[in-house]
Amino acid sequence: MKHRAKAGRPLAAILFFLAAVALVSAGAAAQAADKTIRFIAQADLRSLDPIWTTAYITRNYGYMIYDTLFAVDKDLKPQPQMVDKWTESPDKLTYTFTLRPGLKWHDGTPVTGADCIASIARWGKRDALGQKLMEAVDKMSAEGESFTIALKAPFPLLIEGLAKLSSNTPFMMPERIAKTDAFTQITESIGSGPFKFVREEWVPGNKAVFVKNTDYVPRQEPPSFAAGGKVVKVDRVEWLYIPDAATAAAALNAGEADWYEQPPADLLPLFRANKDIVVANVDPLGSQGILRFNSLQPPFNNVKMRQAVMALVNQKDYMRAVAGSDEKLWRVCVAMFVCGTPLATDAGGEQLLKGPDLAKAKELIKEAGYKGEKIALISATDQPIVHNQALVTAEALKNAGLNVELQANDWGTLITRRAGKAPVEKGGWSIFHTWIVAPDLLSPAVNFPVRANGDGAWFGWPKDDEIEKLRDEWFKAPDLAEQKRLAAEIQKRAYEIASYVPTGQFLIPTAYRKSLTGIIPAPVVFLWNVEKHAGG
Amino acid sequence: MFAYIVRRTLATIPVMGVVALFVFSLLYLSPGDPAAIIAGDTATVADIMRIRQKLGLDQPFFIQFGGWVWRLLHGDLGISIFTNLPVMTLIEQRVEPTVALTISTLLVTIPVAIPLGVIAAWKAGTWIDRAVMVFAVLGFSVPTFVLAYLLIFGFSIGLDLLPVQGYSSIRNGFGPFLQHLVLPTITLSLFYAALVARITRASMLDVLAQDYVRTAQAKGLATGQVLIGHALKNAAVPIATIIGIGIALLISGVVITETVYAIPGIGRLTVDAILRRDYPIIQGIILLFSAAYVLVNLAVDISYTFLDPRIRY
Repeated sequence: MKHRAKAGRPLAAILFFLAAVALVSAGAAAQAADKTIRFIAQADLRSLDPIWTTAYITRNYGYMIYDTLFAVDKDLKPQPQMVDKWTESPDKLTYTFTLRPGLKWHDGTPVTGADCIASIARWGKRDALGQKLMEAVDKMSAEGESFTIALKAPFPLLIEGLAKLSSNTPFMMPERIAKTDAFTQITESIGSGPFKFVREEWVPGNKAVFVKNTDYVPRQEPPSFAAGGKVVKVDRVEWLYIPDAATAAAALNAGEADWYEQPPADLLPLFRANKDIVVANVDPLGSQGILRFNSLQPPFNNVKMRQAVMALVNQKDYMRAVAGSDEKLWRVCVAMFVCGTPLATDAGGEQLLKGPDLAKAKELIKEAGYKGEKIALISATDQPIVHNQALVTAEALKNAGLNVELQANDWGTLITRRAGKAPVEKGGWSIFHTWIVAPDLLSPAVNFPVRANGDGAWFGWPKDDEIEKLRDEWFKAPDLAEQKRLAAEIQKRAYEIASYVPTGQFLIPTAYRKSLTGIIPAPVVFLWNVEKHAGG
Repeated sequence: MFAYIVRRTLATIPVMGVVALFVFSLLYLSPGDPAAIIAGDTATVADIMRIRQKLGLDQPFFIQFGGWVWRLLHGDLGISIFTNLPVMTLIEQRVEPTVALTISTLLVTIPVAIPLGVIAAWKAGTWIDRAVMVFAVLGFSVPTFVLAYLLIFGFSIGLDLLPVQGYSSIRNGFGPFLQHLVLPTITLSLFYAALVARITRASMLDVLAQDYVRTAQAKGLATGQVLIGHALKNAAVPIATIIGIGIALLISGVVITETVYAIPGIGRLTVDAILRRDYPIIQGIILLFSAAYVLVNLAVDISYTFLDPRIRY
């Protein structure tokens, strides 16, 4: 008994020391906690120019500190955001916009029409839809809080373009900043959005801090996706970058963080068991997995080989590998313009919908005259969604007797390699996987994997004049019915040439403490309208 | 001695020059392109080429290397490709957590490990020796991340005494600073204490078998005096060496510990920079590491002269 008491002393002393340390700092932490949201972001914020890079984390940063002229609501309809009123001439060649009164940059200067046209021009140099718009622009001019866009030819998607939800989103910046070359990163963080960026507290790889912009005048409409009133209900938001998922989960469980944006599927049961944590699907659209071929090099420069691999695809296998066994988190989906959206269709994807057909695949391989050329399937082990898809593909191709080599590295290497057009034996590639958020796939205007303009196309460089012709017609479509018809034609043709294969559509749930309310369901995370209550 | 220090310090210059050339060449030849990472998933090859051009990455090796050396000679480590922040600023942001963790680990390791090693050697072959060796084997064998998760589970989730992750600067108060350091320090100290304890034991066993120790014991000196005053002093050179190596390793970053506890230290800065091919950061850090290694080695060499008067430079 005596010995046990002695043995317990060091442990008691350690616990006493730790408790004392905890108490010393608990008070200070509690004071600051209530009006600060601690948000574990999906990635590290390392670049502060949402036009220079298409990284989603930088786009999300853009939504914090910048504002947009228009923004889409939950029905994917553009609504005015910075714009107060706008007119379109009867010949559809002149658009005039007037900004809402009282808009100010974070440095206190007023937002002007000149700022907006400089911002549109810079965006138009980088974004695909922006480039298309700028091709149609004759000139842009500004006067005070108004500006005008004069077109050479009608461009029905002008307002949709200005409301583009995902990268590159046309965020408005002060003219002097927006005049920076579009391929050079800007150096300031001056927007007119609902939050201000606290640059001196930014530690890349660790933390980014935003405070409420008290000068921001929100719209009166309720929030809906990126549209409506951006009412900030907290004083401060801290974006934490916690690279280890288990640590991030522990931080949320312990109340050190309020919101974990994209927890891995295997951690969700842990959160569901905690009564203080909500697991929710706030993104109504989700993302799609992608299998992309190199259409320039053998063996996938042969359409029959691409079709053969497509015949091997079982979307259920991919989705289980990516999103787990909970079928509420994924769906079989062959709509290249995203299931559950206005342009969704199964056109051309009937075979994929039916599931794999090994006999047909083998027949196509035979017809293609495949002679056992090596297939380099490049993958990235630091991206589980990418690598898990690659593992499924490797297995399916092996089963079909193809000479596949899974070449796994990191994401940085993959995206460098995929830009190379060399043959496989000289370091080239045959197939890679990725995943794309729904807002980047919604229509032929933004869906980049569907394009087939050869060298100008996305990695893999498929060339098909028919798709490009249909896409050009789609831009001119006068109404939704015609847009739907053309989108179905484009998809049908894309499946015929098998430039890429969707591997399914999945959701990434989010997890947050019950003390948070007002999270806006949307494909992009928004921090306005979110309230933090005591006791979380 | 002064001449020796000057000579050794000057000798660091060619060493760092070779390191700089070697690192630059390695990065130039390694696969990966920051322009592709910046351009993102939606980019085209043309976009990537434009960005490469703007960043000067399309320039020949010697122009890129020459430009970097020229800036370096002007005290400029360059600008991070991604964050657009000076490399020196990024390193400064990360130095405090790394130095704090290094010091706290040493403060725990040395007072624990050296006595353990001395006692184990003194009681060699007994259950005390075996217990110390079990501790040492555990310290080597338990993976850092496993220990870290166990500590988080016990002290942060279970007892709610300490934070799960993060770092709080000493400028924000000593309480939070200490609170955030406790678990990472314990995690790192287990390994380093095991290492130092083993080296101390081995070194002490060697010394304790010497004639002069037997003589000291025969003259009736107290055990403490024999162990500390005679044996440990003579066994100190290898111990100082291993502590020096430990300091260098801690300064150059303890990536797993920093990652699990989300501590913004030098180790994570290095790994993040490598993963995204942020060349100026990698080059800057490697130079810093090489300087740190040279200086720590110099300090260890100098310490030998105090520990063993027979050593002279």
